[in-house]
Amino acid sequence: MDLAFIIETVVKIVVILLVFSALAGFGTYFERKILAFMQRRLGPMHVGPYGLLQVAADGIKLFTKEDIIPQNVVKPIFKLAPVITAATAFMAAAAIPFWPEFTVLGYTVHPIVSDINVGILYVMAVMAIGLYGPLLGGMASANKFSLISAARSAAVFISYEVITGLALLAPLMMVGSLSLIDINNYQSAGITHWIAWSQPVAFILFWIAAFAETGRTPFHLVANDHEIIDGFGTEYSGMRWGLFFIGEYANMFFISFVMALIFLGGYGDGSIAGALQLLLKVAFFFFFFLWTRAAWPDVRPDQLMWLCWKVLMPIAVLNVIVTGVVILIQTQGGM
Amino acid sequence: MHVDPFTDRNVSEQSAYYYVDMGEYPQTGWGKFKQVVKRSLKGELFVGLWVVMREMIKFDIHTVQYPKEKLPIGPRYRAVHKLLRLWESGFERCIGCGLCEKICISDCIRMDTRIDEESRKEVTEYSINLGRCIFCGYCAEVCPELAIVHGDRYENASEQRAHFVIKDDMLTPLDFLTAGQQKEYPGFGAITPHEDERVTKTPLAY
Repeated sequence: MDLAFIIETVVKIVVILLVFSALAGFGTYFERKILAFMQRRLGPMHVGPYGLLQVAADGIKLFTKEDIIPQNVVKPIFKLAPVITAATAFMAAAAIPFWPEFTVLGYTVHPIVSDINVGILYVMAVMAIGLYGPLLGGMASANKFSLISAARSAAVFISYEVITGLALLAPLMMVGSLSLIDINNYQSAGITHWIAWSQPVAFILFWIAAFAETGRTPFHLVANDHEIIDGFGTEYSGMRWGLFFIGEYANMFFISFVMALIFLGGYGDGSIAGALQLLLKVAFFFFFFLWTRAAWPDVRPDQLMWLCWKVLMPIAVLNVIVTGVVILIQTQGGM
Repeated sequence: MHVDPFTDRNVSEQSAYYYVDMGEYPQTGWGKFKQVVKRSLKGELFVGLWVVMREMIKFDIHTVQYPKEKLPIGPRYRAVHKLLRLWESGFERCIGCGLCEKICISDCIRMDTRIDEESRKEVTEYSINLGRCIFCGYCAEVCPELAIVHGDRYENASEQRAHFVIKDDMLTPLDFLTAGQQKEYPGFGAITPHEDERVTKTPLAY
């Protein structure tokens, strides 16, 4: 392992970390603005032009706030939980290509930290570890609402994770690789080759599961303000709470990237136009997260589990079977 | 708006209230499944998405950016009191009759008067205890000289309540008056418009 590779990797990691931490901050700004516009409000307007510096103000507030650790909490776990959420969210980004490879001064840059051959499996697995943030934080908080939230997060997790896996299986069977770059290249011929057209059911299912994965509004029951205060975040303050927040928003961006890469053609043929299209797709998915929050009500935990286990999972299994049969017929016919 | 239908709380044909048609709640699992499919595919979710998107595109913002913009208050709004001056002479309108002090139901007006050198009654002190004032407006209504009125100053944040209601604060400043800035109060206790035409001479012979 030569020095150039190590330096390059470290630089990539730092860039991703900085860019997505900042984006997570601006994500909150976009969320507040878009929600406000949809509700005929203006949103943040006072800090900076059009409230743009609200992000900085929030950051200063979070960093300088007193870090309260309540009396009866399990201290080491309570302190660790937010770190798990934020860290796993960013770790998942290691296998996501954010931009097609490009050449700077004769040096080819691969804007992916590590193109491992089990890329999407790694991404989903690490994102799943992020569950331990809410789970441990909620259980260690010595607060009944946090405990309910922890129980809910575990229950929701085992429900949606099945859908995520089964929904992904069908496209992966078509592509024959788990690397997100391979999946992207499979669709590089243009918009007609997007997997969303050949696997619409998997696309919708994965999209639905992504809402549960990130805990966004139709499935926001892990931290539902009107039922259980802030759920696992109730006892947290200052930057520890901020880490939960950054993790949540970074997760939204990363899952948007994953959806765009797997189902909507990613960056296409790797040109600048394709890369910009990728960003547009990601922006659309992120916007949709906010859009649904303005429009849709939350479901109950039992409704979500009912939906996942009794409706979506059979559909996902059927989808996998049908895909398998079709692939079998095609390969047999080709022989 | 016509409010009569809303005052009748009994659900009937005439009232504005009606029962929402909930339909039968499904009992079996298959029935629940059918309901979910019906609700998902009927497009209700997309109606919701469209409504919020339409509002965002119309950009019909209803926010009032309060310190910069203010909503107009009604002419009969009863905010912190003011003492007015006579337009021509600049003398205080208050004649020290004490009616406001007397009618005040929360007993918060206090005035001191004396007879001055020209044998006129002079108000030396006039204060309203805003901690007790309920802003009923009786003082403005009873005042025969339109001297004490309610102003439009509703931003009352201060270190001391007394900052609003000692006499010097309520009284129109003289330079303010000469600049023509004193506003007649159209609200509580003020004379109605066209009052001159309606006043008839007091009949002296009964």
